[in-house]
Order: sequence, then structure tokens, then C-alpha cells
Amino acid sequence: MLKKRIIPCLDIKNGRTVKGVNFKNLIDAGDPVLLASKYAEQGADEIVLLDISATNENRSTLISIVEKVGAALDIPFAVGGGVSSLGTAYDLLNAGADKVCVNSAAIKNPDFITALANNFGSQSIVAAVDTKGNLDAAKVYSHGGRKATDLNTLGWVQRLDALGAGEILLTSMDHDGVKDGFDISMYRQVSELINIPIIASGGAGKKTHFKSLFETTNVTGALAASIFHFNEIPIPGLKKYLSEFKIPIR
Amino acid sequence: MIAIVKYNAGNIRSVQNALSRIGVNSIVTSDPVQIMNAEKVIFPGVGEAGSAMAYLKELGLDEVIKSLKQPVLGICLGMQLLCRYSEEGETPCLNIFDAKVRRFTPNDIVPHIGWNNIEELSTIIFNDVNEGADVYYVHEFYVELCQHTIGSTNYIKPFSAALNLNNFYATQFHPEKSSKVGQRILNNFIEL
Repeated sequence: MLKKRIIPCLDIKNGRTVKGVNFKNLIDAGDPVLLASKYAEQGADEIVLLDISATNENRSTLISIVEKVGAALDIPFAVGGGVSSLGTAYDLLNAGADKVCVNSAAIKNPDFITALANNFGSQSIVAAVDTKGNLDAAKVYSHGGRKATDLNTLGWVQRLDALGAGEILLTSMDHDGVKDGFDISMYRQVSELINIPIIASGGAGKKTHFKSLFETTNVTGALAASIFHFNEIPIPGLKKYLSEFKIPIR
Repeated sequence: MIAIVKYNAGNIRSVQNALSRIGVNSIVTSDPVQIMNAEKVIFPGVGEAGSAMAYLKELGLDEVIKSLKQPVLGICLGMQLLCRYSEEGETPCLNIFDAKVRRFTPNDIVPHIGWNNIEELSTIIFNDVNEGADVYYVHEFYVELCQHTIGSTNYIKPFSAALNLNNFYATQFHPEKSSKVGQRILNNFIEL
């Protein structure tokens, strides 16, 4: 049986892991290579690295982190942040990333998703979507959640599926960092609309939040950051807990 | 020396990294002579079947791979290209394994991405690997069960997790990304 994935996310700035609340107030959370390796040993099913500085000057720093993470990790990992051309995607995949996450660049030019899928295969392309607002009225935000767009979230995820994205990483900005649980009703609604895997992100604060998410929606993965970085919920304990409730876990 | 076949498909670096972690040196090459002279050959890949086959033919690597007598391990797209035919781009492939590559019907979430069990394991490649062990998959096409199947996984329907015929081995999952289980399988291949 396909297992539900537990995915720690490392936000990277200037070569360090950072964590903020609602995308703000960043604090240092350690060396990304060491953290990623620690999570892999603890049983993480996959890792996501998001470069939140994502400027050209930091690009080579990121590539070097990706190379080191790829050399160390025996589980898959995705890399995102500023992926805006086939060249940047190629550099990251070539450095050892298994997948690239694309967000703002797809909003600016939706055909970019198709071009990526044609060049690297859909399975390498994670379309990241930051959303804010309730259900039918939810809107997509770009540029790391700083910029509102006119895109309706439910329409946009369906479009991304049609364009060739292999997975959707859907972050609820209202829930992110608040530790009050995932946006269950949104994930239920979205998973009825699309047939590609959905990774839920934003709101994890307790083990029961993961349990409710996996028991009541069809998402195949859950992403979280601070609860893992600050050891509030260690991964082995979380996976044991979920297994006890018969949720398929590796 | 282990040769990793370099062509227009991804994840080659991951395979080399995985070999380094178990202390095995490898070269990434598309040179027919280096591939033919290698002690073992790994044929990895993540990509699209039609363009991959066209590229292999252009380099003359299709005939080279078919002629290999040393142990060969196909991974993911590499496994699919070792089959007779792929529905992806309606592509005739290398025909080592008499099996067809099909697209998953969308009865469930596709692509099949994540960790899933391997069962009914046979051959030396699965030495010390437990029945039901979890390995990492990422694919939207699968190889049907056939006479060469040496391990299966059930997703939407049972399909070939791994194949073997003579010196040719192949896995649909990614041993290079499958943690300790994958490392064991790579070790078994290296020790063949």
C-alpha cells in the first residue's frame, strides 16, 4: 500500500535554515545539510528545500547545498525558490535534486510548467501554491506569499494539473505557522478536483493534526517545518503514532 | 569499474551518489567502449521513453546495451526501456524483457509517487531484503506482470517492481533513493 509521506521543509536563506511565522520574523534553525541528513535518518520520507532568498547572487550557494544534500541523502528531495527558467531547473536537477518546486514563475507564465514537464518529466515538477482565504473565494499569492494575484486557488490547481505538474504542494497561508491544524476542508475540496498527488502544508502543531489530515482527506503527504526543526514533534514518534491509528506509514 | 549510462534522462547523479555512499566508484559515460568494458552497467533514468530511445539510437547505445554480457541494472525509465514496447509515445524499446509498459489508468492518484511495498521477491538481488519492504517510486507508466517478474507492487493493480533475465536486472522503484533497503539492493547487484 502506498504510504503517506512525512516531509520536513527547510527554508534556506543565505545558506542557513530559517523559520518564521506567516512567512515573517525569521530565526535561525541550523545547517541545511546536517538537518536534512538528520531527518532522513529519523525516517522522513522526503525533504523539501526552499530557497527564500532566491537571488542570483545566492544561486551558487544553493547549488552547492543541493550537491551536498544529494551526496548525503538516501531519500528523495525537492528544491524550490526562484526556479524561473529551464536552465535553473536543469542546474538544480543536475546537482542532485529529484524534483524542482515552481511557484511564482508558473503564475507569470503558466506554459513554463509544460516546458518543464516536457524537458524533465512531470514527476520532477512540483507546483507550489500559496493560498489565502476560504474555499471558493481562496486566492493564490506569489513571491513567497507577499503578492496577491487574481487567480482563484481551485481553478489554478486544476490548471496546473492540466499543464503537466506532477504534484501540488498546497500551502494555506492562513494556517502556516499558527500550529492550529491543517486546512482540512480545503484539501478535501482540492483532492476531489485533481488526480495528481497533493502535499498539504501549513498548520501542523500536534500529532493529531496529521492524523485528521490523513484520515479525512486524500492528500498523500504532509509538509511541516518548525515542529521538526525545534523538535516539538520528533518524526519517529509522529510516525509511530500514525501507524497506531492504521494510517499507512513507512 | 561500474559504468552508469549517460543519456538524456535525469537522476544519474543520484545513482552515482548512492554508489559513493557504499564505497563504490563509478563513471558516468555514454562512450560505447567504456560501457562494453565495464565490470557492471547501471542504466538509470527519469524521463520520457520516446525521446530517450531516439537519443540512445542516435548514439548507437541501443545496440551496445542489448549486447552486454556483464550484469546490467536498469532503474525506472531504464527498466521500461529494456522492455519490448512502451505506451509512452508508442515507443518500441530494447526488447530484453518480453513485456509491455503501460500507462496507469486514472482510477487512483497518478503519478504513483512515494513509498510502497515490494512483494514476492526472488533472485539474489533481494538477498536480505524483507518481503513487504518499502521502496521509493515515482512513475506514471508500469511494466505488467510477466515471466521475468522477480518482485511485485500493488498500486491500482499489481505490476512488476523488478525484472530479471540472465544478466539483466531492473527495478521500477529507485534503489538509490530507497534508504537502507535500496542500499542493500545496490550492494547485492555490486556483489553479483
